[in-house]
Amino acid sequence: MPRPLAEQKVIQEEVKELESFVVEGMDLSGHWNRMFGQRVIWDYSHDNMEKVTDLPGGESLGWCYGCAKCTAVCPIDIVGDYSPRKIHRKTQLGIDLFKSDDLWLCTTCMNCLRVCPKEVNMIKIMPAVREQAVLEGDVPAELQKAFEDTAKNGNPLGQPQRKRAAWVSQSDVPVPIMRQHKQPVDVLWYVGSYPSYHPRGIDAALAAARIFHALGIDFGILGPEEKDDGDSFRLAGETGLFEMLAEDNIKALEKYEWNRLVVTGPHEYNAFKNEYPKFGFDRPVQHYTQFLVEHLDQLKPLLKHEVNRTVTFHDPCYLGRHNGEYDAPRELLRAIPGVKLVEMGRCKENGYCCGGGGGGMWLDSFTQNHTRMRLSERRVREAVEYNAEVLAVACPFEVSRFEDGAKSTGNDHLQVLDILEMLDQSMRG
Amino acid sequence: MKIVVAIKHVPSLADEVELNDEGTNLDFDAIDFALSEWDEQAIEQAVLVKEASGGSVTVVGVDIIEELEKVLHTALAKGADEVAKIVGDFEPPIESRTQAKMLAEAIGAMSPDLVLTGVQAVDDLDGQMGPMLAAMLDMPYVGVVVNVKAAGGTATITKEYPGGVTADFEVQLPLVVGVQAASQPPRYAPVSKIRQMAKTAVIAEIETDDDGAGGPTIRKMAQPVAAGHAEMIDGDSGEVAEKILAILRDKGLV
Ligand SMILES: Cc1cc2nc3c(=O)[nH]c(=O)nc-3n(C[C@H](O)[C@H](O)[C@H](O)COP(=O)(O)OP(=O)(O)OC[C@H]3O[C@@H](n4cnc5c(N)ncnc54)[C@H](O)[C@@H]3O)c2cc1C
Ligand code: SF4
Ligand code: SF4
Repeated sequence: MPRPLAEQKVIQEEVKELESFVVEGMDLSGHWNRMFGQRVIWDYSHDNMEKVTDLPGGESLGWCYGCAKCTAVCPIDIVGDYSPRKIHRKTQLGIDLFKSDDLWLCTTCMNCLRVCPKEVNMIKIMPAVREQAVLEGDVPAELQKAFEDTAKNGNPLGQPQRKRAAWVSQSDVPVPIMRQHKQPVDVLWYVGSYPSYHPRGIDAALAAARIFHALGIDFGILGPEEKDDGDSFRLAGETGLFEMLAEDNIKALEKYEWNRLVVTGPHEYNAFKNEYPKFGFDRPVQHYTQFLVEHLDQLKPLLKHEVNRTVTFHDPCYLGRHNGEYDAPRELLRAIPGVKLVEMGRCKENGYCCGGGGGGMWLDSFTQNHTRMRLSERRVREAVEYNAEVLAVACPFEVSRFEDGAKSTGNDHLQVLDILEMLDQSMRG
Repeated sequence: MKIVVAIKHVPSLADEVELNDEGTNLDFDAIDFALSEWDEQAIEQAVLVKEASGGSVTVVGVDIIEELEKVLHTALAKGADEVAKIVGDFEPPIESRTQAKMLAEAIGAMSPDLVLTGVQAVDDLDGQMGPMLAAMLDMPYVGVVVNVKAAGGTATITKEYPGGVTADFEVQLPLVVGVQAASQPPRYAPVSKIRQMAKTAVIAEIETDDDGAGGPTIRKMAQPVAAGHAEMIDGDSGEVAEKILAILRDKGLV
């Protein structure tokens, strides 16, 4: 286990503390860290910085020139004490990032990279260093549990692989499973782990099935042949697990004939769009918001019932900043009659992070020890500050995170709904 | 110290087990195999002994369905030094006695100081693998063990009895131990490391002429029939409470 931050402020082994210290008759005794003169940067060993910058992917930590633009936007710094600049400085002063709790706080939200003039890239630094820590067995217990569950069952919720399509039995419209369907489909819908197993995720999956059905989409799912996309495990340093899942998913997808892939979650979208092509999978993929926006003309007449609520939208980091999609979710929300859409201060390119990315989904207690409040709680408060009645989301990680956040901050009146659920509400009344 | 772990590949219970058409055994084409969970404990305990007292760990098992490699790569990723699979012209099932014979032959040739194995496995729940290995290797056996320490020529073994009672034994090496649980939960082997092992590791192959057949014949195997179901009582809490009370009265319990 990494050492707590408090123990890491100095390189303790390198400090000798004398009982008393007298120089030329003058008693200079004091606590060992009393400063008698300035230390300059070359008094510190470069070793720990070089350990990071020598790694493929870790190079850019060395490029930081301390401008602090990142600190102003890092979502962890807003509730704690964190940013690439701070990590750069600590590493310069000799702290070992490989053993530091700091290694597990970054959610890879990418807001720092957006503003950094030096292109210090945490989306590459973090997975590179974490991979080494994982190989050494230095992983927070919560996260390791998610690794183990996913390695065993193909999902981080610890549910059986064979039950991945069990939610289908709750659906009032047919949801064809490719293995039984035995014919080509237009849309292969990759459902994802949380929509397959988590009760609130299942709500979104059921809504999606009803919408696809109402639009007359010819679709199918992989069901028990589908596994977690693994992208968050890649970012959390378990590269091997990601590769294994990618290979298994690609194998399953290639067994069937389909025209395009539609995914429920932004992390899955990122995986299929940007990472799976490295494994030879190069097929078109859309996030469900992008897919449904293309069908807006058919969808609009189905949205018969007014949803008279003030709604704000939380941009998922992996749909927005990572993949540049800000409009599709908003267009869908605007298409719902009655919805009054308000924007929060931190939106679009500067959208706040829910805390779930880069492994954060499985580091809740760990991160809580280093922050004043959860990122999800900060976000919920922001939604309330803007008088929203509904916090609309488009990522399966977020519903449970924000619902918990709404309860723990005493904002139970704030409803958290996936855009799928809102469309479904408007369709059915 | 030479530590050997004897492992077993057993039907995985992560999926529904399926029976063959004759209803005489599992349908081995339709089920997956996994490492017996007690063997996972035995591997952990072996690595812990090595870490404490030095030596080397060799993991060996019968490759019943030609899929033991991943299990062995995982063992290497967890800290085993060498791995071996016993190969031959056979197919599942191979009953424990036959597997014990194959393993004893292979392990005997390794001249081990300490042999660890899971105390039982889900395939037959007999718990006989360890005692049979010990008999065939002519070594003492201690089973239902929750900690092993070894130094010099002796091992200190903690055995668990019912009711939370434990006892420490001092036993001369060499010896066979049936592990119930390692003194620490089995460590996680990162898939990254397992995959590294898969690229670089050498798995020794030990050939056997044994065809794996024989043993008792199973006449009938069937899924258990549900005896009775829980009754779910509907209604608001007041109604539910009344109905429960009526049932308890009816049964003469209150
Ligand atoms: C984060 C940070 C905090 C610091 N804090 C302190 C502090 O608290 N106290 C302290 O004493 N010092 C501090 N320093 C150091 C101090 O700022 C520098 O030592 C000082 O600014 C150096 O001044 P300079 O004029 O030599 O160079 P700079 O300030 O770097 O100016 C160089 C200028 O030349 C321009 N230039 C470069 N190449 C070319 C070219 N080819 N053609 C034309 N123009 C060019 C650059 O754009 C720049 O404007 C800090 C430095 C950093 C990065
Ligand atoms: S990626 Fe996001 S969480 Fe990580 S350091 Fe940058 S701004 Fe902070
Ligand atoms: S924005 Fe970039 S250069 Fe500036 S402090 Fe942050 S990491 Fe360093």
